[in-house]
Amino acid sequence: MERIRILKDKCTGCKLCVRACPFAAITIQDRKAVIDLTKCNLCGACVEACKFSAIELKKETAAKGTDLGLYKNVWVFCEQKKGKIQSISWELLGEGRKLADKLKVKLCGILLGSNISGAAAGIIERGADEVYVVDEKELENYLDEPYTNILVELVREYRPEIFLCGATTLGRSLVSRVAVKIYTGLTADCTGLDIDKETGNLLQTRPAFGGNIMATIITPNYRPQMATVRHKVMKEAAVQKGRKGAVIAKRFDKKIYASRTRLINMVDELEQTVNLCEADIIVSGGRGLGCADNFKLIRELAISIGGAVGASRAAVDSDWIPYSHQVGQTGKTVCPKIYIACGISGQIQHLIGMQSSDVIIAINRDPDAPIFNVATYGIVGDLFQVVPLLTKRFKEVCKK
Amino acid sequence: MKIIVCIKQVPNSADVKIDPKTNTLIREGVESVINPFDTYAIEEAVRLKERFAGTITIITMGPPQAEAALREALSLGCDEAILISDRAFAGSDTWATSYTLSSAIKKIGSYDLILCGKQASDGDTAQVGPGVATHLDIPQVTYVKKIEEINGEKARVERLVEDGYEIVEVSLPCLFTVVKEINVPRLPSLKGKIKAKAAKVAVWNAASLECDPKRLGLEGSPTKVMKIFNPPPRKGAVKITGEPEEAVDKLIELLGKDLPR
Repeated sequence: MERIRILKDKCTGCKLCVRACPFAAITIQDRKAVIDLTKCNLCGACVEACKFSAIELKKETAAKGTDLGLYKNVWVFCEQKKGKIQSISWELLGEGRKLADKLKVKLCGILLGSNISGAAAGIIERGADEVYVVDEKELENYLDEPYTNILVELVREYRPEIFLCGATTLGRSLVSRVAVKIYTGLTADCTGLDIDKETGNLLQTRPAFGGNIMATIITPNYRPQMATVRHKVMKEAAVQKGRKGAVIAKRFDKKIYASRTRLINMVDELEQTVNLCEADIIVSGGRGLGCADNFKLIRELAISIGGAVGASRAAVDSDWIPYSHQVGQTGKTVCPKIYIACGISGQIQHLIGMQSSDVIIAINRDPDAPIFNVATYGIVGDLFQVVPLLTKRFKEVCKK
Repeated sequence: MKIIVCIKQVPNSADVKIDPKTNTLIREGVESVINPFDTYAIEEAVRLKERFAGTITIITMGPPQAEAALREALSLGCDEAILISDRAFAGSDTWATSYTLSSAIKKIGSYDLILCGKQASDGDTAQVGPGVATHLDIPQVTYVKKIEEINGEKARVERLVEDGYEIVEVSLPCLFTVVKEINVPRLPSLKGKIKAKAAKVAVWNAASLECDPKRLGLEGSPTKVMKIFNPPPRKGAVKITGEPEEAVDKLIELLGKDLPR
């Protein structure tokens, strides 16, 4: 018995399901839908799309996971680097507070590091009711194994129902390990979180296929419900001076700090210090710039509006700018408030990396360039004229 | 050196077009390719083999047609290919996928290094590589951009992070996920293509793995897809034409309060 099937008497061959299927698994044969089960991922998109209830999907699984009732509270992993709490943590605390209030439970911060206890107060001022702190010299810098071991121990002891972490290089490496060890669900790169009013489950919405499709994921039978959250999507929690909360210092047996990896050195990239993924504004240049020298136009525009510099793959492959600036499928995925694309035609691989930006401004000579399909505003014109003018006007308008 | 490379077959995003009317993906006629990030893992494995000798085993979990991805990897210099394929794997999330892959790796036996791309271009989770390492209880280094040194016992690598890179030392066996910066993948040679065509691809199903069937596929996956929907469509740009000065003024006006002031 297959988990999914087409009810032939109800199917009208209308093709709605064909269009809805993210995996191109459905075709129409003899005016009826046929599902290629080798391609089907049982996601249910077709069931929702079908207007004739002609697709049956058995989603219920017998597997019973965790005893859900034992798990309470919302946890936020507060990422720190060199002793400084990263801004993603404030965003997670802002979102975590909302979820905790909806569930009427506590919001807890998790803080690991060396000489870090003093930072706990700042986490409480951002809305946490409790902060679990593990302050040991071995935790000064991030290492997969000790950090994983400690989080696993904490989860087993205190049983949170939701556990949020930033979708950073650190977060993605860390909680992937934690979720596997605990045997629970982890949803990557969420851009929306909410609580299902009926079931109390965490609704985790994330882009897939580079943002061309959105999916809402749940972890109905296992706890905690773990998610990494994209940067710059949630609003930072406001500081409430003097807010009170509990700090719980935890200590572990030394063997928990054993690590088969060792950090030798950290090297900052020289070109610029603005982290592309964290930037509120990004100005990107592409093939239209013509040569490496012309990137100075992009840099000047970026400075005038206080933004970071990005680039298309074409510009990086031509060696006009280092790879660390590349936006797109094989580069960075960004979602700033303003994205300005200069001389970028808008290949799908580039669009994948930036189309979630709030406002997209495209400057391109070709009125039919695909970048204009995703742009909010488009100037059809010569970037060598437009960009310097825009730099001048931004300088006047954005007094920074 | 014994290297295992995990790859995934994905829809070729270069073929993917967006329907301008509905703003949704046009998926018909899209060919399948090796996940672009995995091509760097394959290339790095081949380079290590060229330096230190050894064997490369390439594995993928997927439908029968994923065999094409394995043959392509074979044509690039990998020695053995295993397709992990069974309807029981359908609906696997990252937990079940990494469990299945790690079960296959346990069956392969010994290895020094496992290489994966940093993430797949369709799912974008970056969770399967670390998941495999955890199931196997080996260390991992994610976002590796350069292998500085490697010998039978340990490796020293550069790992890309948000604001630069880290130099990390790790004991072997271990797993790396690699980024684009690590190399420039080669094209297959004619000789390689001929060899790959004739090569045998082993197919392993669920029954051939030593694993708990309850942890496979939809059943073994803690996460479930509740719904899939199209993002709210963008309307297409408000196009500003005219003289550059006018266009820029118009843009500033339109941006209004969106500008930082």
